[in-house]
Amino acid sequence: MLRISCPHCGERDYTEFRYGGDASKVRPAHDSTDVRAWIDHVFLFDNPKGPHREYWQHVLGCRQWLVLERDTATNTVGRSWLARESAGEAGHG
Amino acid sequence: MASGPYRLASGGRIDRARLLNFTLEGRPLRGLGGDTLASALLAEGITLVGRSFKYHRPRGFMAAGVEEPNGLVTLGAGGRRTPNVPATTVELYEGLSASRQNGWPSVDVDLMALMTSLAAPLLGAGFYYKTFMGPRRGSWMFYEPFIRRAAGLGQALHLPDPDRYETRHAFTDVLIIGAGPAGLAAARAAAGAGARVMLIDQDFGLGGSLLAAPVQGRIESWRCTLEAELRAAPNLSIGLRTTALGVYDGNTVALLERHDHAEPDAHRGRARESIITVRARAIVYATGAAERPLIFADNDRPGIMLAAAVRAYLNRFAVAAGRRALVATNNDSAYATALDLAAAGVEVTVLDERARPASSLLESARGASIEVRSGVRVERALGGRTVRGVEFTAAEPDGRIERLEADLLAVSGGFSPIVHLTSHTGIKPRYSAALDAFVPGGYAPGHFGAGALTGSLTLGAALAEGAGAGVAAAAHAGYTRAVAPASIPALDELAGFEPSPARALKRGGKAFVDFQNDVTTADVALAHEEGYVSVEHLKRYTTLGMGTDQGKTSNVNAARLMAALRGVELPAAGTTTYRPPYTPVSIGALAGRQIGAHFRPTRRSPLHDWHLAHGATMIEAGPWLRPWYYRWAGEEVASAYIEEMRLVRSGVGISDVSSLGKIDVQGPDAAEFLNRVYVNGFAKLPVGKARYGVMLNDDATVLDDGTTARFGETRYFMTTTTAQAGEVMSWLEFLLQTAWNHLRVHVVSVTDRWAGMSIAGPRARAALELALPGVDVSEAALPHMGVREVELEGVPLRLLRLSFSGELAYELYVPAERGIALWERLLERAAPLGLKPYGLEALASLRIEKGHVAGLELDHRNTLDDLGLGKMASSAKPFVGRALRERPGLRAPDRWSLIGLECLEPQSRLRGGAILFAKDDEIKGHGRGYVTSVTWSTVLEKYIALALYQGGVRHVGEEILCAYPLKGETVRARIVSPVFVDAAGERLHA
Repeated sequence: MLRISCPHCGERDYTEFRYGGDASKVRPAHDSTDVRAWIDHVFLFDNPKGPHREYWQHVLGCRQWLVLERDTATNTVGRSWLARESAGEAGHG
Repeated sequence: MASGPYRLASGGRIDRARLLNFTLEGRPLRGLGGDTLASALLAEGITLVGRSFKYHRPRGFMAAGVEEPNGLVTLGAGGRRTPNVPATTVELYEGLSASRQNGWPSVDVDLMALMTSLAAPLLGAGFYYKTFMGPRRGSWMFYEPFIRRAAGLGQALHLPDPDRYETRHAFTDVLIIGAGPAGLAAARAAAGAGARVMLIDQDFGLGGSLLAAPVQGRIESWRCTLEAELRAAPNLSIGLRTTALGVYDGNTVALLERHDHAEPDAHRGRARESIITVRARAIVYATGAAERPLIFADNDRPGIMLAAAVRAYLNRFAVAAGRRALVATNNDSAYATALDLAAAGVEVTVLDERARPASSLLESARGASIEVRSGVRVERALGGRTVRGVEFTAAEPDGRIERLEADLLAVSGGFSPIVHLTSHTGIKPRYSAALDAFVPGGYAPGHFGAGALTGSLTLGAALAEGAGAGVAAAAHAGYTRAVAPASIPALDELAGFEPSPARALKRGGKAFVDFQNDVTTADVALAHEEGYVSVEHLKRYTTLGMGTDQGKTSNVNAARLMAALRGVELPAAGTTTYRPPYTPVSIGALAGRQIGAHFRPTRRSPLHDWHLAHGATMIEAGPWLRPWYYRWAGEEVASAYIEEMRLVRSGVGISDVSSLGKIDVQGPDAAEFLNRVYVNGFAKLPVGKARYGVMLNDDATVLDDGTTARFGETRYFMTTTTAQAGEVMSWLEFLLQTAWNHLRVHVVSVTDRWAGMSIAGPRARAALELALPGVDVSEAALPHMGVREVELEGVPLRLLRLSFSGELAYELYVPAERGIALWERLLERAAPLGLKPYGLEALASLRIEKGHVAGLELDHRNTLDDLGLGKMASSAKPFVGRALRERPGLRAPDRWSLIGLECLEPQSRLRGGAILFAKDDEIKGHGRGYVTSVTWSTVLEKYIALALYQGGVRHVGEEILCAYPLKGETVRARIVSPVFVDAAGERLHA
């Protein structure tokens, strides 16, 4: 069982969280009509072996979305921080 | 005679004062406190303990622990009956009842043995594949009952389990798995360093292999001192009868704690078993090693046992498993067994495969009057229901076959470290030539190994490694206090070992590799001939390594054989992948308390108790329990919902809509936010109005629909469907916390905060006027889609004029704790207008008549256009999902999209899930669509349905076929508009 450090709540079982996908991708700007950019964002994932940044939400805790560093090869969990601190969409933040 | 003819007069770690009565197939027997079921049976002279899986050969105990392949029994009776329990792991208790398995009519007189000996040539490796696949597959039908009866172990039961199982969670700095010498040393060191330590062992005694040492010896007094020291340590907890089933990510370990010995009593809250999930900062594996048997003809005769097991029965349980013993070995460890047997008065001969055993061994043996025959090789066991002796090849040069009589044959083929748990972390075991077996290939960070697991088979090495691992584990967890070295008894130890060379046996007979699955050397050879090269293939072809023991005594021997047949080194034949659980675990323990009503949480409306008290029949809707229909309308749902529909269409009804998702949306950018997530415009929604909206996923499939009301400049109240409430909430939070973190908006789920009720029907306004005098609900004050916040006797009340049924309707929301009060007030005061409650079935049917889509239509594959909602999409603004809506596949004209259906056969009905076909189609395959929702229409007086159909409403007017293969039905129906009732919306605006 993965143990995830929530910046608010501390280290918890991953069963308190929901997974939210690749956090290294930047969402296209809201008004973007570039279908290719959206297809890339919604459907095309790299599935890397090794270090990965991904979104997790602490649904059974503070409900904050986090960015978590996880090694997909070893399942080793690294740092985490609030998504709102680093995320944004293309053209913002 | 207190407890059996084979019990020694003295010695053992048993309580001779505590006599325990138990039964075997009803036959009364007695054992002693501290016995296992196996040791008690051996003390009673019962050596035939089961029949083998395929051949029904007589079998006895081979081991004294979890690796036992043969001695599986069924314990208990009724709902507590448990099959396939190794008797070697069962702690004897008063009143235990056991029976042996797989014999017909009994294990003692097994006629199936004769039957299968005739069939034996057929039952070799690959039997199932060869006999039942391909052209002769039909023969399965003929043979199956015979095979099911002939091959197998205990019988599963079909009764409810009366016992209670618990789930616990634990945290520790250092978890030590295995309380043998290495584990004890590690526990002492880690606890001494200051760490919180959990020490667990599957046994009910502390000491592992030390418990098999003579009770009078120096080692035992040292063990007792150490046990006392550990039990006194405040930061050390000891869990006996506790097995580590599996090691998982995040240093999480699943433990199974057994309480069977304490006679569980569910009525007094005692659990039979508990699963403990431990999160440890560091883990020490001290799991030891399992002895391997030797391979020779008829090596499965009762009375042939692993040498370490013979020693454990002798020294721990004071049971001499025979009176004339042979000890066959390829290593030094079995000499301890021989010496202890001799000391107990058993006549012993050692048959050592090695040409030149260490001289110190020979000296000790001579001192105990033990004859040692070296350079010999056992060819065949003699005897049937019990071993009577062996034939062996004498030492070179003469190499002739000799015979020796015996009623006990102790065998040792070397030791295989228990690498199961370290393998669970994904680290492959590594071959050790010194052991001719596998050791851990490494350890995850914070994991440490010690003792026999690492291949260190001497006590001194186990203690030193254990102490080292304990210190390292404590340091990893952040505890570094210096620990005084432990006193270690002076030891003179030998761990010499020479792998048995692979060579053909000189005597015929079945030579077993896997005892539980009846896999012989001939089966392995056959698998090799047929092209199987790795043990992974061998396992699947022969079933070797499967079953309840998972090949704990057979995997390495099988790999050795396969390697020899292929002419390669053992590592090339590979090893199996070990997966949890290490030993079998009951389903009850895994389920814990999550059974029955506790299988998942149940959500209840604030009005729940009222419904129960007023004749509602409840139904599950996702996690919710909702009123299905009320008794006032009928005893059966089929008639009641129609009555309730009539009430709403012709009078006024009230229903509980508290389960709808409710989200409070606030902030200066709330309007902009809603305008982004809904496909239709929300930027200009005025205060005091609500709007129906649809949300898409990024991929342009429909996520959810609902209404959002604006109660203030920056204050909105969103409702979602019951089913999608959680998804929508998470999605809104995701957008606001990631891509749109610049928007100043907060969202909070208030689903549980508000009770919701819907009043619908032509008399809805009149009912409210009667029940809520002073609250203006006139057309002017509350027009269609108008909303108001008022106070009713100090209680906030939200009124929204919204309709799901197509009738004049209002949704009312009050704080949850005031829900029943408002509900009762409405029903009482509007009683003169005939106001009554209606349930989910009527609610759902009314919306079908009106063509409103709901969860059954929203299957996460359909687009706005598929659901006839395409016109809602704004062209004036971007919204989530807009870009990908334009993909050609989502614009294709033949997509399955929403239609209405009217049943054309008055004697038949439509059914949800029916497959739709065009009139001239062959009724075959997935058809052109399916029925999503069905109801009887009180307005049209016929069955109607919503459905998804290829091409959708372009086909209005066509007659199609609704096939329901489960009932063999095909019904004709006509495609119509999905809005069956009041398409112009006149009733809505009444």
